Amino acid sequence: MRKPFLLKILLAAVLLLSNSSFANVKEDTSDEPKKDLKTEIKEYINHHLQDSHDFSLFSYTNDTGEHVYIGSSLPVILWDNGLKVFSSSKFHHGETLAEVDGNYYKLYHSKIYKTNAEGAINYDEDHHPTNTKPIDFSITKNVVMIIVTGLLMLWLFTSLARSYTKNNGVPTGMGRFFEPIVLYIRDDIARPNIGEKRYRKYMPFLLTIFFFIWFLNMFGLTPLGINVTGNIAITFSLAIMTFFITNLTGTKDYWMHQFNPLGDSMPWYAKIPLYIILVPIEMLGLFIKPFSLLIRLYANMQAGHIVLMSLIGLMFIFKSWLGSPLSFALAFAISLIEILVALLQAYIFTMLSALYFGFASEEHEHEHEEDAELAHS
Amino acid sequence: MEKLINEFSIGLFFWQTLLFGLLLFLLWKFAWKPILNAVNDREDGIKDALAAAENAKKEMQNVTADSEKLLKEARAERESLLKEARGIKDKLIAESKEQAKVEGDKMIKQAQATIESEKKAAVADIKNQVAELSVDIAEKVIKEQLSNKDKQLKLVDDMLGDIKLN
Amino acid sequence: MEIPVMVGAGLVVIGVGIGIGRIGGSAMDAIARQPEAYGKIQTAMLIAAALIEGIGFAALFAV
Repeated sequence: MRKPFLLKILLAAVLLLSNSSFANVKEDTSDEPKKDLKTEIKEYINHHLQDSHDFSLFSYTNDTGEHVYIGSSLPVILWDNGLKVFSSSKFHHGETLAEVDGNYYKLYHSKIYKTNAEGAINYDEDHHPTNTKPIDFSITKNVVMIIVTGLLMLWLFTSLARSYTKNNGVPTGMGRFFEPIVLYIRDDIARPNIGEKRYRKYMPFLLTIFFFIWFLNMFGLTPLGINVTGNIAITFSLAIMTFFITNLTGTKDYWMHQFNPLGDSMPWYAKIPLYIILVPIEMLGLFIKPFSLLIRLYANMQAGHIVLMSLIGLMFIFKSWLGSPLSFALAFAISLIEILVALLQAYIFTMLSALYFGFASEEHEHEHEEDAELAHS
Repeated sequence: MEKLINEFSIGLFFWQTLLFGLLLFLLWKFAWKPILNAVNDREDGIKDALAAAENAKKEMQNVTADSEKLLKEARAERESLLKEARGIKDKLIAESKEQAKVEGDKMIKQAQATIESEKKAAVADIKNQVAELSVDIAEKVIKEQLSNKDKQLKLVDDMLGDIKLN
Repeated sequence: MEIPVMVGAGLVVIGVGIGIGRIGGSAMDAIARQPEAYGKIQTAMLIAAALIEGIGFAALFAV
């Protein structure tokens, strides 16, 4: 009985998103200088890479010179001396000010700034806005995609779990595709890196993070135009979870290794000069590990999107019989590679997380066992 | 670096952490636990089944080995029985042969002894008869020869001639 | 004469590329030589590559 229920929720979410509200805004290009195509493409790419306060699938300019956005607006939640909730349709895609409780907010380069009634933005010498930024808890496009992915994963994997009980331990349907991946993560990522005894408690996190990153990476390749895993806040959140899990489950041996990396191999007075250098490096390594995790995922996804969109943009810049098909072929090839990268980055993130968990939960008896094993083989 | 910090959105971080935590919890409870348990159970089941099959195979081998052993033993017993029987037969034959030989020898000896004694008796009888006959003949011859005086004297002379006085 | 920061980052990326390339190549050699140690070699390769990659990112984002 639960499957139809879940399906309904999913369907409702999809319907909600595709419930296209047409926002017709009068185009106001008179005071803006005419941009050339390259800067326009560049701005478009930059805009795409960033989070957005509304879920627009595409936009076009109609015959009367109006920007028409197909998509739906999303709720904006601000903390500015009290909670302020309003629909992002008030911004009209950054083209108008939103007035809430006597405060004026402006959407500028995908960020919300507090302005005066005229909507003036003040800049410093580096052309950065100096207006105050209210803390933005909005349900943005990325948040919506996280929710969608979460629901998708819940539906997929609970149905997989149910198919086991229904079918006497043999998965059916989609489960046949996902079960080997689950087993791969268990047998080739968790087991060898964490160890036979302790891998079980890390499995849920590894599985969740792998499928979460993979699905979001794959969503990023769809024409929905989202870039969730290429967002620094997302990868930061994922990496900080790995960081906390690593250090909270760290054994005594792990912390001994952090603060006393050389162990009993030499007298304490000989270790002092070494430790002045070694311990800070070890401590730094503690933070560099998750940092490289977050930067790797972010940079790879960001770079993939930039390359792909640049190549698509090239089609419009060339506008020739030779150049456009060539860049199309290139874009096609790159998107195939990106499908691989989407999987690879999810794998690397999971793999390295498992590796760090393995370091943290390592105990010394285990090391000796491994040495013995090596000596045997 | 500055670009990264600029791009960082606290709201997105908040939602991501919250939603991911929730997702992790829900999946843990309703998906990963049952999936991993089911997979483990299945693997254990397979392992058990394999072990059972292995055991059965071993048992089967044991049974075969046992029956083979029994067969071998039976064969060996038969062999030994046959051997024994053959031995007994040979012995019996040899014994009876021996006995027969001994008996025969005995009979032959008896017969020989009987023949010998019969022969002796016959020879003695013949001797007696020959002696009587010779005496009779000698009586008759002597009666004839010694019928006159001349002849008696001649005989004495002959006899005396034969005897050489040494 | 001042070298633009971008050029420096580019040089770092070249170095990182060579480094990761060498790691990958050596790992391939090692796997070819000892296919049974595939898992261990792969893990070691990933750790080393990840560390070097970190430097590359640091250089790129320092710009």
